[in-house]
Amino acid sequence: MQTTIHSLKKGQKGIILDFDIDVIPLKLLEMGCLPGNEVELLQIAPFGDPLYLNINGSHLAIRIETAKQIGVELIKNKQK
Amino acid sequence: MSLKNINVALIGNPNVGKTSVFNQLTGLNQQVGNYPGITVEKKMGFCRLPNNIKANILDLPGTYSLNASSIDESVVIELLLNKNDRLYPDVALVVTDVENLKRNLLLYTQIKDLEIPTILVINMADRMEHKGITLDIPYLEEHLKTKIALISSRKGYGIEELKNLIVSYKTISSEPCLNASVIDVDYFNSLRQAFPNQLLYKLWLVITQDVNFLNLERNEIRSSFTKSHSDLKRLQQKETIKRYQFINDVLKLGLKVDSSIAKDYRSKLDRVLTHKIWGYVIFFLILFVIFQSIFQWSKIPMDFIDSTFAALSTLASEHLPSGMLTDLISQGIIPGIGGILIFIPQIAFLFLFISILEESGYMSRVVFLMDKIMRRFGLSGKSVVPLISGTACAIPAIMATRNIENWKERLITILVTPFTTCSARLPVYAIIIGLVIPDTYVLGILNVQGLTLMLLYVIGFGTAILAAYILNSILKVKGKTFFVVEMPNYKLPMFKNVAINVIEKTKAFVFGAGKIILAISVILWFLASYGPGKQFKNAEKIILENTKAHPLSPTEFDNAVASQKLENSYIGLMGKTIEPVISPLGYDWKIGIAIISSFAAREVFVGTLATIYSVGGSDNENTIKNKMAEEVNPVTGEKIFNFASGISLLMFYAFAMQCASTLAITKKETNSWKWPAGQLVFMSSLAYVVALIAFQILK
Repeated sequence: MQTTIHSLKKGQKGIILDFDIDVIPLKLLEMGCLPGNEVELLQIAPFGDPLYLNINGSHLAIRIETAKQIGVELIKNKQK
Repeated sequence: MSLKNINVALIGNPNVGKTSVFNQLTGLNQQVGNYPGITVEKKMGFCRLPNNIKANILDLPGTYSLNASSIDESVVIELLLNKNDRLYPDVALVVTDVENLKRNLLLYTQIKDLEIPTILVINMADRMEHKGITLDIPYLEEHLKTKIALISSRKGYGIEELKNLIVSYKTISSEPCLNASVIDVDYFNSLRQAFPNQLLYKLWLVITQDVNFLNLERNEIRSSFTKSHSDLKRLQQKETIKRYQFINDVLKLGLKVDSSIAKDYRSKLDRVLTHKIWGYVIFFLILFVIFQSIFQWSKIPMDFIDSTFAALSTLASEHLPSGMLTDLISQGIIPGIGGILIFIPQIAFLFLFISILEESGYMSRVVFLMDKIMRRFGLSGKSVVPLISGTACAIPAIMATRNIENWKERLITILVTPFTTCSARLPVYAIIIGLVIPDTYVLGILNVQGLTLMLLYVIGFGTAILAAYILNSILKVKGKTFFVVEMPNYKLPMFKNVAINVIEKTKAFVFGAGKIILAISVILWFLASYGPGKQFKNAEKIILENTKAHPLSPTEFDNAVASQKLENSYIGLMGKTIEPVISPLGYDWKIGIAIISSFAAREVFVGTLATIYSVGGSDNENTIKNKMAEEVNPVTGEKIFNFASGISLLMFYAFAMQCASTLAITKKETNSWKWPAGQLVFMSSLAYVVALIAFQILK
């Protein structure tokens, strides 16, 4: 199922799809936010924004407005 | 034997322990300065290597890549692109964190493309076992074309091996480990043909970055190889992907992680520290402890310093032959130095807490926690760090705004940071609170003086936030909103790093601000000891004449002469001139002098009062505070430092922009005089109005 990082639930993982690079900062790409990499939503800040992610092993937080721009293919949660 | 020192540059992402590697290599053999013309901190150190070889170690600002997005990062590129720079490294150490190797290696592959001999330092090796990580070092060395030093700067192992590697830097490969130009073969081929003598990657950096580049005519390169912004970015993305592909391939065989072994306390701690209730409770508890304890803990050493310098003054005036020089020493220089040293306890405590919060990784959680709230006021979660550092000093705080990506959020943060209660305000607050607020307790444990101080901090923060809110609706600044913050692993702060940081910062303050304070103290002493006209010269005669009817005792006579002289000295006349402006605020001309002299640096206020009350005083044993408490208005007989004038002074110093250095740094960071001028006018008028209202209501 395709969605965006913004709509991930806590603990859900996805694979990053292609995105419009004009709206994504280069710094975020360099931190591993690239098509094909895995992203997991770890925490949501108390007022719903920003989001705390694990992207390709990097732990970082981004705002919802950026998260909305990054499409992901949801990974079905396997039993841990 | 070897005459030339080896130049070593430490390069790495933030949060990889680069500074602790630097501390391990150099010990206390460090110098902190600035890069010429900009305010980026330049840390140099010296290291003795085996075989009697010496090395200059340069700790470059942390950067995620060579694509600079801040001045700090530009410094790295400018140095690495300029072979003629005195500091150009003979060998680069790229410091990485074993847990974030994949991301950290991105920068490594870029450095390698510059064809500098590069050693890969893999730090935090002590955590490998915990995390189930194993590395195939020979495999990695072969494919990354380097030598690897596996170290733990925390446990201190691997450092000797690293030193040996540095000594043999000439044998270390300077070959790139991948060829990124395949992302657009035609483009890079023609670039190579146009500039055959230049490194391809250098050319590429010059095209994509806004950095100074001395040897190359950058316009020439740009005009013939220009591409649209978005095309360039697309290429940069391709380049990044290419580099990650290479890194992934190498790590697939070179790095094994057994996640079944990995112990993870990060997520458990995160759950509590970023919790919607506990997160804030813990944050405010920490702030409360910091502020309450700074006032209580610093009090003892501060009182000690205060009385020691009072005693020293007495000692000097009693034991040195009397004369002008002795007066200058006992009344100008000694109180002046005392006025500087008295800051040390509070500054040290503040930097101690701030560096512990930074080192532990907690600060990023605060950024995460506060972002949404701060954004309502036009600030960013990242503004919290400058606002908290602002409690130490606005100058490093304003420099700390550099990692705020959005220009408007950054500008607002710069403009409002000077409202936070910096450590230079503390001595002013401390002495006035001590004079006008009773030293009693409420609810048994809460010290009223401590609470007052905390309230002043709250006022500072509150005003900053409010001003931000107003600026946010007034300012029309366009800028893209980006917000990316790394959430580093939690670490126990290392004693050595914290200690060195506290010592460095305190030293910088004492010597930087100290010079100004001392100079102003000495000038003040001269202005207070000399005066124009007969009123000053014939002070003795005038007093004698005025008191003919009721002769004074010798002590009373001396004091009367001293105050007659001070009143008619140069500084006294200056104070008298501005008295009409400040008397509605409840101040007399002596406080006026202190306000004038502290215009460039607010901490001079206390030193000025110290000098003024020392000049001509017959009893030096008394501390400044006691002398201030005894001051009365000669007309009304009321105490000068009473509740109303005290609160008015506290308000004045809470809002006034009495700091030339902050104005200078605002000018540098905003690149315009418009913003510091606005700060000065707005803050000064606010200070005057609020102090006026406070005094008129309370008197």
